[in-house]
Amino acid sequence: MRRYGIWKYLLILFVLGFGIVYSLPNLYAPDPAVQISYTSSSQSADTFLVERVEEVIKDENISTKIELENDYVLIRTDTYQNQLKLKDILSKNLVNDVVIALNLAPTTPRWLMDIGANPMKLGLDLRGGVHFLMQVDTETALKNRQNGTLQDLRIRLREEKIRYNQALVQDNSSILLKFNNIESKEKAEEFINDNYTQFNLPLLSNENNSLVLSLSDLEIDQIESDAIDQNLTTLRNRVNELGVSEPIVQRQGKKRIVVQLPGIQDTAEAKNILGKTATLEFHLEAQMDTPRSRKTSYPYRNGLGAPAFLQDSIILGGDQVATAQASFDENGLPQVNITLDGEGGSKMHRATRGNIGKRLGVLFVEQKTRTIYERNAEGKQIPVQESYEVKEIISLATIRAALGTTFRITGLDSPSESSELALLLRAGALAAPMTFVEERTVGPSLGADNIQAGVFSMQLGLLLVLGFILFYYRIFGIAASLALTFNIVLLVAIMSILSATLTLPGIAGIVLTVGMAVDANVLIFSRIREELKRGREPLEAIDAGYNRAFLTIWDANVTTLIVAVILLSYGTGPVKGFAITLSIGIITSMFTAIMGTRAFVNLIYGSKKNIERISI
Amino acid sequence: MTFNIDFLAWRKIAIVFSSVFLLVSIGSVVLKELNWGLDFTGGTLVELSYPQEANISVIRDTLVNGGFEGAQVANFGSTREVLIKLPGTVSDSLGSEIVGLLSSANADQIDLRRIEYVGPQIGSELRDDGGTAMLIALAFMMLYIAFRFQSMFAGAAVVALIHDVIIVVGIFSLIQIEFDLTVLAALLAVIGYSLNDTIVVSDRIRENLRSSELDETSDIINMSLNQTLGRTLITSLTTLLVLFSLYFLGGELIKNFALALIFGVVIGTYSSIYIAANALIMMGLNKDHLKVEQPENADDNPLP
Repeated sequence: MRRYGIWKYLLILFVLGFGIVYSLPNLYAPDPAVQISYTSSSQSADTFLVERVEEVIKDENISTKIELENDYVLIRTDTYQNQLKLKDILSKNLVNDVVIALNLAPTTPRWLMDIGANPMKLGLDLRGGVHFLMQVDTETALKNRQNGTLQDLRIRLREEKIRYNQALVQDNSSILLKFNNIESKEKAEEFINDNYTQFNLPLLSNENNSLVLSLSDLEIDQIESDAIDQNLTTLRNRVNELGVSEPIVQRQGKKRIVVQLPGIQDTAEAKNILGKTATLEFHLEAQMDTPRSRKTSYPYRNGLGAPAFLQDSIILGGDQVATAQASFDENGLPQVNITLDGEGGSKMHRATRGNIGKRLGVLFVEQKTRTIYERNAEGKQIPVQESYEVKEIISLATIRAALGTTFRITGLDSPSESSELALLLRAGALAAPMTFVEERTVGPSLGADNIQAGVFSMQLGLLLVLGFILFYYRIFGIAASLALTFNIVLLVAIMSILSATLTLPGIAGIVLTVGMAVDANVLIFSRIREELKRGREPLEAIDAGYNRAFLTIWDANVTTLIVAVILLSYGTGPVKGFAITLSIGIITSMFTAIMGTRAFVNLIYGSKKNIERISI
Repeated sequence: MTFNIDFLAWRKIAIVFSSVFLLVSIGSVVLKELNWGLDFTGGTLVELSYPQEANISVIRDTLVNGGFEGAQVANFGSTREVLIKLPGTVSDSLGSEIVGLLSSANADQIDLRRIEYVGPQIGSELRDDGGTAMLIALAFMMLYIAFRFQSMFAGAAVVALIHDVIIVVGIFSLIQIEFDLTVLAALLAVIGYSLNDTIVVSDRIRENLRSSELDETSDIINMSLNQTLGRTLITSLTTLLVLFSLYFLGGELIKNFALALIFGVVIGTYSSIYIAANALIMMGLNKDHLKVEQPENADDNPLP
């Protein structure tokens, strides 16, 4: 008992100090702010941008503080209303080479930031925003890839002088080739075996004179993960264009992507931009002599003009667009100025050079999703989401001269359509369409209410528990109360250091930890009382109480920790938020409830030689 | 607090009581099913806030006339908050459509509090994942207890846990409270809590089996239950204190979570006394079962 070493006190003091310092940033309320950065990621914010901002807002009666950070200019203000007002003013007055986003700027003092102390992140349920879960339709990616391979295969088989009757992509993303005779088939088989590695071998043929080329599992995995990676990149670009501070774009599971946009109010716009798979394709107009199998008829997007036939072969697609800007032509109609990358430019030049006088069609390609009802195995109608492709002509203009890397596209309905198309072309296309499988939007007012309710219930819960244990255990109650408070400080500090996200269920987890953390002390104190009753000396009783209760506490906490860790690895969303605080809370409570109270008790009773009675 | 209650005299009554409750719970889950929340059924939910009392039936009529058929409208927490549930999928601008429709109908300043949309395929996945998580949690805990204590204790703990989970789920089914993801989290927390209780009791039983002069297992168990009762009640009380503060003040979103835990704590406390201890007796636990092992006295273990 008296052997409680000085190093233990030092350790406790150190941990306490550490906890206080690192939980401190959470006491500073963040400023509502607006952040401005250049659209192009290569250009970082500069004093010129600051001057432009100052110019715009100098006449407004809003209290602001402008700071130049590495990538952006930050304008702090005092209220949320002013923040919105500021954003409106800035978006009206700054030309469109900048992205303007709402932000919550931390007000953590410099010295705290220097030692890496930052406040906890708040989840969407506490600060408002949108959460999307999107499922990537990898089937389409597979099909697109096979279509590309098919085009390539047709050309190469022709070059090899291998004649085929039919070549098409089937439903299950495999290519079907039909031949006139067995010799052609065998030649083709040999050629494909030598030149293509992505197919399952042997090339399956269930009919005579035909080959079925299905993708190997390895290749399918590769294509799927490429598609998801490209979608992630594209989504990140698009989110940047939307102007959101601290967005989250992450892969979840095998085929899903989660996007969280804090502070976004206009969910319709966000959803529109994120899920759009609109892109462009350039085709030459089909001529009278183009065979039916190589041309397709498409309607006009705006309904003007009769459907027209375009050749099936694509000159180039939207992925070769380097930049795109929306503007207006000489008649004030919306247009998009396009600059192609080098490869795209030369492709375009080659295709148009020999076709002057013919017409070039620009196809607007969009993947859309709809809900259809299917019968499942039990005969019940179940809703299934299905994606389908819409291709419409937006312009069909005569080629007057060979085109190079820059040109413009007209035929768009409205300025908003042109700026959306420009954005989508800039941000890149999605490799595969996505369906929204989950969407959660929390308005800012609900977020604020949630914080208030959460914090209030936590305070009251803590107060009730503290009151009870002080009343019930007296001096030892003080030790337990201090330990409990210390526990919350430590929990918040660790959450802040791990930059874990605090959510409403997370607050519930903290509250529950408060209730359960007392358990360790209750166990110890009950044990001490028992030992006293058995007639032990007070100091011996304290010793025995702590020692005997330790194993019980250990077993009880480890088992609860098992549950928390499993929740953490299996859960999503609210479950995860709860599990994080619960796991950290269990660990910190072991430290504070055992070592912390012991140190306090020893401080009070440890120095005295003979104690008649203790207050427990 | 000192107790000298003959808990085990009530054993038979407890068994009858638990059996009836279990049967009612299972029956209710089978017949009435659970009132699955949006997380599990899929669909759309819109929460709105009106400046003054909202007229539910007018809102419902406006929605149905505006083409949102099958819209369920209800108050949420207060008379000014309205929760609208729609089956099926959401269009890109559903929120603004609904707000627009409703504000044009009665010129109120409506605040869109939240929209949630969950696709049909997510729901069943979440249910499966939740079930898997629960089974894995049970398996790991059984292993840990079997390793730390003895396999009979593991069996008894799991019987108590399954008892608790079934009854909490049964209560949610009986009074048709919405069962969503947060309730699932609460259910797992109930497992953690109830287990905590069971371990504390088991720990004392183990200790007494090794050290007590009493021969009858049931007497030893009874003594252990009395010794730990004070602690069990105090811990349950402090936990319930915070849970009630969460229930009343934590906001609507956390209400069912708190409720599930409140039921769980009460039932968990009961089960660690009656179910776990009873199961130990029924499995025929006696002193010999713990003799083979090296006696593990807590006093030998230094504190950290």
